Amino acid sequence: MLKIFELIGRYFILMGKVFSRPEKMSIYLRRVVFEIEALGVNSIGLTAIISVFIGAAITLQMSISLESPFIPQYLIGYATRETMTLEFSSTVVALILAGKVGSNIASEIGTMRITEQIDALEIMGINSASYLILPKIIATVLFFPFLTLLSMMIGIIGGYGIAFFTGIMVPADYVEGLLYSFVLWEVIYSLIKIAVFAFIITSISGFCGYYAKGNSLEVGRASTRAVVASSITIMIFNLILTQLLLT
Amino acid sequence: MIRCEHIYKSFDGRTVLDDISIEFETGKTNLIIGRSGSGKTVLLKTLVGLHEPDSGNIYFDDTCYTSLSFAERKRIRKDVGMIFQGGALIDASTVYENVRLPLDLFTDSSEAEKRERVDFCLSRVELSNAHDLYPSELSGGMIKRVAIARAIVMNPRYLFCDEPNSGLDPQTSIVIDNLIHGITKEFGITTIINTHDMNSVMEIGEKIVYIHNGRKWWEGDKEGILFADNRELNDFVFASAMAKRAKSNIMR
Repeated sequence: MLKIFELIGRYFILMGKVFSRPEKMSIYLRRVVFEIEALGVNSIGLTAIISVFIGAAITLQMSISLESPFIPQYLIGYATRETMTLEFSSTVVALILAGKVGSNIASEIGTMRITEQIDALEIMGINSASYLILPKIIATVLFFPFLTLLSMMIGIIGGYGIAFFTGIMVPADYVEGLLYSFVLWEVIYSLIKIAVFAFIITSISGFCGYYAKGNSLEVGRASTRAVVASSITIMIFNLILTQLLLT
Repeated sequence: MIRCEHIYKSFDGRTVLDDISIEFETGKTNLIIGRSGSGKTVLLKTLVGLHEPDSGNIYFDDTCYTSLSFAERKRIRKDVGMIFQGGALIDASTVYENVRLPLDLFTDSSEAEKRERVDFCLSRVELSNAHDLYPSELSGGMIKRVAIARAIVMNPRYLFCDEPNSGLDPQTSIVIDNLIHGITKEFGITTIINTHDMNSVMEIGEKIVYIHNGRKWWEGDKEGILFADNRELNDFVFASAMAKRAKSNIMR
């Protein structure tokens, strides 16, 4: 228990260093652009592929579950939209990104730690925590919401595609369901969630990598710790944010 | 000049540095030698501020480094260059970007001025055609030379080198030694080198400190080291059969 408090304390101390005044803003902005490409743009493919299949699968499952003359068909489109908007495109996409981006950050920074690259930055007088972690946090908090929007759109298109190509339902009913009782706040809620999750993934992974020590085995362990800790924290904050924003 | 007084450092209750007091002289190549695990890397990292001593003081010229705040230390660190054992070049950056990084962050020089400075430092280490290469594309000797270029790009007053010859062949080691020695003389830097390479000691050592089990065991110059009346030092210096034969020839 004491160790958990110690870890949380060290995390907040590191965040204090991360959010201290950058040495030169222009260099940090250049790094943010670089990280947007490395962590965000390079995740578009994975997000799109998973979203299209999940959207299609949800539509298929709903059409099987709701097969009844008493249940209107448009509810399938409605259920697909709600599932994608409320949970999949924010929370599940965040869990996927925790695996992809989180492990990438932890192993990158962890390797820099054990090969003394972080020490080299410190010797130059650079705030290594801020220089390495802050651009990643800004990049993901800014870009992950776009991934969520993309995931919503592609997931819904995936559902339409399966309806269109398999004939399990009339595509017009699916579209009617998509528009049925649409609440913009649900999209905004999802975008707020992914922004918070982006911060969680990047800061926790950065923390795990930054304090890695030893050899390459430890970098692997730091990477695993980053994914596990990020995923658990995402689930906890998913509950908290849902309680705060939707009820 | 860099001076440390009564430095103690321990990790998890194990004493690694035990009452170390040394003065490293300006414009000289100061060498810290000792067996693996003797504490010389910890001493170097403590001197440079990467480890905090448990007790004792470190002075950079007349400034007591150990009593400075984080912000004040940052000012001194801009006068410090360090060459790490593995080079510690930033993997994601090219040679040019690695050397240029401190200029980008801490100077207001124009693009042309930065380019000129990086070109000068890379030509000083005889790497004028490696600007666009990544660390993974460099040989061990080239990595060390880029690390030297990066270390001198801000015109440091103090240069720290942690086993700059490790993993290099004897000829490349001599090139690196001479480069560091030449830079020390050229710019009047206080240079401290950690090494267990006796070739380096005899080639460039001006002031030599022998560390044994975390304690300062002997201090002197390269002439004195051959005739020191110190068993542990003699064991270290004349560890190889060839060195033992050379010594017995000298004695005869």
